[in-house]
Amino acid sequence: MAELSYRDAVAHGIAQEMRRDPQLVMLGEDIAGAGGVFKTTVGLLDQFGPDRVRDTPISEQAILGAAMGAAMTGVPVIAEIMFSDFLAVCFDIVANEMAKSRYMTGGQMSVPVVVRTANGGGSRFGAQHSQSVENWCMMIPGLKVVAPSTPSDVVGLLAASIRDPDPVVFFEHKSLMASKGEVPDGEVIDELGKAKIVREGSDATIVALAYMVPRALEAADRLAEDGIDAEVIDLRTLVPLDTNAILTSVTKTSRAFTVEENPRLCGWGAEIASIVAHEAFWDLDGPVVRITTPHIPLPAAEALEDMAIPSVDRIVTTVKENLD
Amino acid sequence: MHLRCTDVQFAFDLVMPGSYIGVMPRRDPVNDPLSSLRSMLEIRRFEEAVEELFSRGLLHGTMHLSIGQEAVAEGVCATLQTGDFITSTHRGHGHTLAHGADPTTMMAELLQKNTGYCRGRGGSMHIADVKNGNLGANGIVAGSMTIAVGAALSQQMIGTDKVVVCFFGDGAANEGAFHESLNLAKVWDLPVVYVCENNQYGMSMSQDRSTAGGSVAARAAAYGMPGETVDGNDVEAVCLASLEAVERARSGGGPTLLECITYRYRGHSKSDRNLYRTQEEIEDWRDNRDPIQRFIGKCVEDGRLSNEQVTAAESAARESLRRAVSEAFAAPDADPADLEGAAYA
Repeated sequence: MAELSYRDAVAHGIAQEMRRDPQLVMLGEDIAGAGGVFKTTVGLLDQFGPDRVRDTPISEQAILGAAMGAAMTGVPVIAEIMFSDFLAVCFDIVANEMAKSRYMTGGQMSVPVVVRTANGGGSRFGAQHSQSVENWCMMIPGLKVVAPSTPSDVVGLLAASIRDPDPVVFFEHKSLMASKGEVPDGEVIDELGKAKIVREGSDATIVALAYMVPRALEAADRLAEDGIDAEVIDLRTLVPLDTNAILTSVTKTSRAFTVEENPRLCGWGAEIASIVAHEAFWDLDGPVVRITTPHIPLPAAEALEDMAIPSVDRIVTTVKENLD
Repeated sequence: MHLRCTDVQFAFDLVMPGSYIGVMPRRDPVNDPLSSLRSMLEIRRFEEAVEELFSRGLLHGTMHLSIGQEAVAEGVCATLQTGDFITSTHRGHGHTLAHGADPTTMMAELLQKNTGYCRGRGGSMHIADVKNGNLGANGIVAGSMTIAVGAALSQQMIGTDKVVVCFFGDGAANEGAFHESLNLAKVWDLPVVYVCENNQYGMSMSQDRSTAGGSVAARAAAYGMPGETVDGNDVEAVCLASLEAVERARSGGGPTLLECITYRYRGHSKSDRNLYRTQEEIEDWRDNRDPIQRFIGKCVEDGRLSNEQVTAAESAARESLRRAVSEAFAAPDADPADLEGAAYA
């Protein structure tokens, strides 16, 4: 067991898989000599060489198109899109090409690509470098969507994503990069589509993802001081979605809250709310409540961004108000 | 261009002396004109059949016909081997057939049959034939241009001598993906042959109104790769240009951009009433520059084909298409019970 930062866990997980599969290649901007702008690929160039750890021009369409074309023809690829906001620049490949090719061709091909990308707010970068866009990918059939919250989940879910024959968009949260956690020794492989109960409780279920997980946990500790025993679920993957874990928890607690960084409209929590309303309606003691970013582009100023993204205070207040 | 060459190697030596490395093209329009004639006739009859089935209400959805452009598909694919890769476009029936696809299986796809290449999930714009190296038609203009880069990267990394032909239209040359694709292919010197099928209109937008600089081939200079403008209605000229480009790619010489000037007789798709061009212009190309009639005329004149051979090839193409249509009609329909089947592995 070693303590790793979230950012070091990324390189650790990639190295584990590149050692296992000598065909596996990385493509992206500034990932080789520079070690990635978030320092998530430090050391990989030295270990695996410039053929397998490839710097690309600033050409997001070419990065993902090349990743897809190589993956279709025998070379699996981890592609990096530096900021998840830039997925919009190459969304044709994400939404129309890699997601659909398998289905459109009647299963003639697989596209084993992992698109890694830095996601989420809290860095005061403004509206084009701070978005949480996992919901953009969640709504496209053919993609799998992963967003880990801890270093050991980074390693294990990265391995699962790389070994998956389908295209996976892997969201690494910028505000978690410096966070630390234990990572087991040896090969770590996790499973896509399994949520984790990260805190057990009986009064309310709080469903969270990525950077919202530590906030939900801190909020649960504060709620406990007021006698509210909240259960916290880390979804970890949005597609496949572990609806069973959510429904089992809600059946137990009778109340459901989602904590999302997505802007209000069509954030992933809306899907959770819909599933809970449909499948667990008679187990609920009150409405499903979504705690989200308002429907605005994210501002740069600290006071404004902190107000926009769900805070521990906002989670605590919202849960308490709704349970009263 | 009138060639009196006796074999493919000689033909190749004409354009790139001394560097032929021995991967033989699958067809040779110069010395074996019958095989290329059959291939072009197969494409023409296939698309005419599709058009007729559509007009009789027996085939649905949309389609983009390449009638008039057959010499590009044939001239390029003749120079490839099975297993070389192609990426295609929304107007991809010709590329797909010329690269070895089975017309019955293609027709079955268009007729929404479970035996079609994509089991009814793709339709006209998404036919792929991966077994033969066809990575797929594409409904997005320039959508496959960056994918071709990746297919070539994998071949370079694995160390095969396979090449990737990236077909695209004149419209795609003004998409951003065109630039990203050509740039990266040259940066990494990948084995890609870019084939612009310039049929002179992107839907209704004529090339002279849409394309700064006037030439797609000239853009090759910006990427430091060879670029060439070719008479796209001359199957032998296309073949020779493609031979050189394919050979360059195969031997590690990097990408080439070919611009084949051709013309589509039909509208962009079924809804197109040709309001942006004159009937005289269409008839001029159809009656005076048709790639199949030109090829037949030339080969009969110089004695490489007899009238009897041409007649036999024409009836064989008709007969083979008739059989493909009837076999495809008899196949079972796409199965809704397996609706979600291929979305994920």
